[in-house]
Amino acid sequence: MNFDPRYSGRSFTSVGTRPIRPDGVDKVTGRARYGADFNMAGQLVGRILRSPHAHAIIRKIDTSKAEKLAGVKAVITAKDLPDLTDGDAAMYDILDNSMARTKALYDGHAVAAVAAIDARTARQALKLIEVDYEVLPHVTDVDEAMKHSAPLINDAIFTEGLEEKPVKPSNVTKRTQYGHGDVHQGFGEADFVVERSFKTEQTHQGYIEPHACVASVNPDGTADLWVCTQGHFVYRQHCAQLLGLEASKLRVTSSEIGGGFGGKTHVWAEPVALALSRKAGRPVKLVMTRDEVFRASGPTSATSIDVKIGAKKDGTITAAEATLRYSCGPYAGMWAEIGAMTAFACYKLENVKTVGYEVLVNRPKTAAYRAPSAPMAAFAVESAVDELAKEIGIDPVDFRIKNAAQEGTRASYGPVYGPIGIGPTLEAVKNHPHMKAPLGTNQGRGMACGFWFNFGGQTCTDLNIGMDGSVSLAVGTVDVGGSRASLSLVAAEELGIDYAHVKAIVADTSSLGYNDMTDGSRGTFSSSMATISAARNAIKILRERAAQMWDISVDDVAWEKGHAVAKGEKHGNLGKLSLKEIAAESGKTGGPIAGHSELVADGAGVSFATHICDIEVDPETGSTRVLRYTVVQDAGKAVHPTYVEGQYQGGAAQGIGWALNEEYIYGKDGRLQNPGFLDYRIPVCSDLPMIDTQILEIPNPNHPYGVRGVGETSIVPPLAAIANAVSNAVGVRMSHIPMSPPRILAALEAERERFSR
Amino acid sequence: MRYIRPQSMEDAVGLLAGAAGPAAILAGGSDLLVRMKGGFVEPELIVDIKAIAGLSDITETADGFRIGAAVPCAVLGENAALKKAWPGVVEAAKLIGSKQVQGRCTIVGNLCNASPAADSVPALVAAGAKAVVAGPGGKRTIAVESVPTGPGKTSLAKGEIIEAILLDKRPPHAGDAYQRFIPRTEMDIAVVSAGVNLTVGDNGVVKAARVAVGAAAPTVLLVEEAAQVLIGSKLDEATLERLAKICSGACRPIDDKRGTIEFRRKVAGVLAKRVAAIAYERAGGK
Repeated sequence: MNFDPRYSGRSFTSVGTRPIRPDGVDKVTGRARYGADFNMAGQLVGRILRSPHAHAIIRKIDTSKAEKLAGVKAVITAKDLPDLTDGDAAMYDILDNSMARTKALYDGHAVAAVAAIDARTARQALKLIEVDYEVLPHVTDVDEAMKHSAPLINDAIFTEGLEEKPVKPSNVTKRTQYGHGDVHQGFGEADFVVERSFKTEQTHQGYIEPHACVASVNPDGTADLWVCTQGHFVYRQHCAQLLGLEASKLRVTSSEIGGGFGGKTHVWAEPVALALSRKAGRPVKLVMTRDEVFRASGPTSATSIDVKIGAKKDGTITAAEATLRYSCGPYAGMWAEIGAMTAFACYKLENVKTVGYEVLVNRPKTAAYRAPSAPMAAFAVESAVDELAKEIGIDPVDFRIKNAAQEGTRASYGPVYGPIGIGPTLEAVKNHPHMKAPLGTNQGRGMACGFWFNFGGQTCTDLNIGMDGSVSLAVGTVDVGGSRASLSLVAAEELGIDYAHVKAIVADTSSLGYNDMTDGSRGTFSSSMATISAARNAIKILRERAAQMWDISVDDVAWEKGHAVAKGEKHGNLGKLSLKEIAAESGKTGGPIAGHSELVADGAGVSFATHICDIEVDPETGSTRVLRYTVVQDAGKAVHPTYVEGQYQGGAAQGIGWALNEEYIYGKDGRLQNPGFLDYRIPVCSDLPMIDTQILEIPNPNHPYGVRGVGETSIVPPLAAIANAVSNAVGVRMSHIPMSPPRILAALEAERERFSR
Repeated sequence: MRYIRPQSMEDAVGLLAGAAGPAAILAGGSDLLVRMKGGFVEPELIVDIKAIAGLSDITETADGFRIGAAVPCAVLGENAALKKAWPGVVEAAKLIGSKQVQGRCTIVGNLCNASPAADSVPALVAAGAKAVVAGPGGKRTIAVESVPTGPGKTSLAKGEIIEAILLDKRPPHAGDAYQRFIPRTEMDIAVVSAGVNLTVGDNGVVKAARVAVGAAAPTVLLVEEAAQVLIGSKLDEATLERLAKICSGACRPIDDKRGTIEFRRKVAGVLAKRVAAIAYERAGGK
């Protein structure tokens, strides 16, 4: 395959328009099938027994009483999921997280499961399972877990990445470092230095649809899995490996998805459902309750971050340094490392150093959450940047413009940037009417920047042309934000036909080659590249067929605006052949016409955003109200602008919730206190203003249409933008996220105390 | 599990009094069904009281208002006379749950659920509302504040059902108000709350007052001392500050997932000030 992915600077007919999405009607009429909407004849109800302890040795599990209960068809423990991971540490962690093997490592860790004829019987059976726990001391706080006195979560863990190999085990799995230059020297050149410590609490992705699946293991060793996931091919790999199946024998079909945001990128309950089905010999449906979703799936890291930035009087940053500690749950992760990479990515820095520590705690396994790790790092850095601008006496937007990374800047995490959007988003913000709008009493305005890498990855797509000339597009990236519409636009654009004649579906794992999951903002970026490639392959066949119909050389046939056109004077009397006309004759000219593509989509362009937020604070209660919010972000090329705007707004909304009220609250007993939407407060509609958006298009040189991923960056700036707005509204610098009313009121009271002394 | 929908109060009382296992009363079900779904309660008998005559009616009597136990909160908001007489009670009832829940939930259910954070209860206590209790031993009328005795616990005996809430006829120049603090704008539970009911004389001086604070102790607090501060005043700044201080001081709150002790104390006072000012304005004071 000789596909040229370079940006061509072409003009567009379909791309950039806003047609109705193909999945829209089903979704608004309730007809769309989500994970829990799939059913099979004879299916059993699966339920999972979970540890009530944050940290405990599982001495013994007695399932005999549960097995004897009428209606129970299977009871499983870790013994029914033998370790087939063959030294693959990451897979072993996924296995252990699916079903605790020797120790329960957090409140909510699965220890056993049942399959029964109905939900009531399954619930009763769980009560009959006797687990003998030896409760161990636990630790849930990231800073506490780093202390030498902290209970050890895994005594086989010795910190990696230290200069000297440690002799004692630790809850810190890894130390990483990024940067360049000499920060010591840089701080020496600074006229102003700001140094602060920050904390952010753990948040959940908050997808409305809980994890749900139906697993059916057949007597011949093949199996089917219908599941709500961001990556059915990845789920297939994981489940096949954990269950000892050949990948091709396990067919995974993804449902519509009621939100994932990174939380549906690895398996939890699916291997359990398959193991239950295998043991019971019947299909098993397993749907997590909301309580289980909070206690055992998701969440993102809690963090503790120190930042130090120095600058000259003229506003030039001379050095920047950060130490980032991120909780990983009880299994090793690379969350602090990503934080260390993204922290200063917006800036052009001579001297920069970031150090990350991955920290084990007795909380659920950290999962990706929309630009994972970047929002917390941006909160710390952008808060300090704002404070430094104030100390110098320079406008915070101008300060950032002066220090913004550009094409050719060496990023703090290593690579040299190509054309990027940080400068343009800052200029757009500077000139945005929002920045000039008047503010009232107790109101403040804040702004902040954010960065995300974006990802490309393995992608496989099929494009089939029907005999009526309509086009079906089968993609392998789950549609989480309107990508079927966007990819249909791309197919229409490339073939030169109308969007209405293209129908895109997400194909199951037996119908397409492997696709990486929809993460890293890759869905539209990578699958549009594969769709363009598949369409071009189809066009090659269309030209051949036209040449056959005309009986001329294929070299003389070009493809223009949905038609085969004969080139050259000798063919001047030949008309055009439409795609439809060629398709109608396909049975006589060589059979079905299709385009296939498999590729690794390299060169996902990095993404930058700048946000503006107006907030009002009630100084008597610490209550906040977001009055106005604007997102400015580079999309490379917005294929379907409505869904690009939707991504911008969605990320901002989630960031606002994270900034103000969302947090995991653990009791002293290590149990999660708020595993439900009543006390885990995501914003409701009336909490948010209409979020304004401005799309900038700085083409990605590594995509034919210039597309960049857009899904994640929008959650990066809000924490800092809101903290800066609160600071400007009532004069307190909030260093602990979420900025809940009790925290803001306590800060205001402390400030009043300070002034009255 | 048995579900029974009796036609008379006698039958309902008889069923509950004779129940061998755990029994529950179903009106709106907005607490009961959630607790059942969460596995917190597994009643053997559910007595649905919605078919009992009179329980779904709001009646205006010579003495005031009688609100049946099965009247959904949304219906309170549609009763113009009730809204005019007791705006604080109605606004409190209209804060419970969401729009959908409003169509089902009842103030009697809110009272009997006995949550310290119940929204309608501080407003009812401030209003001096009474509860009509039917039971195996006949009927009795009690002050609403004597119903909840602690989180999830009431003074009602086995077989007893609250059939209605009574609100007095309003004298001229009377007003009430209720506010709660929540971190969001809706669909939430009070972190702390306050209700004030007062009557003003022709000269603008407060003649009578009741002040209640919610979510600040195991049960809703009726703060007599705070009422005394308001009586005889024109709600000047100094009075409001003293009111806030007394209400803050009366709190016996806990630290929990919804707020801290310090926060609840402080905001109880702030809300008391704010609702007192609203009640005063509604009573025609200036």
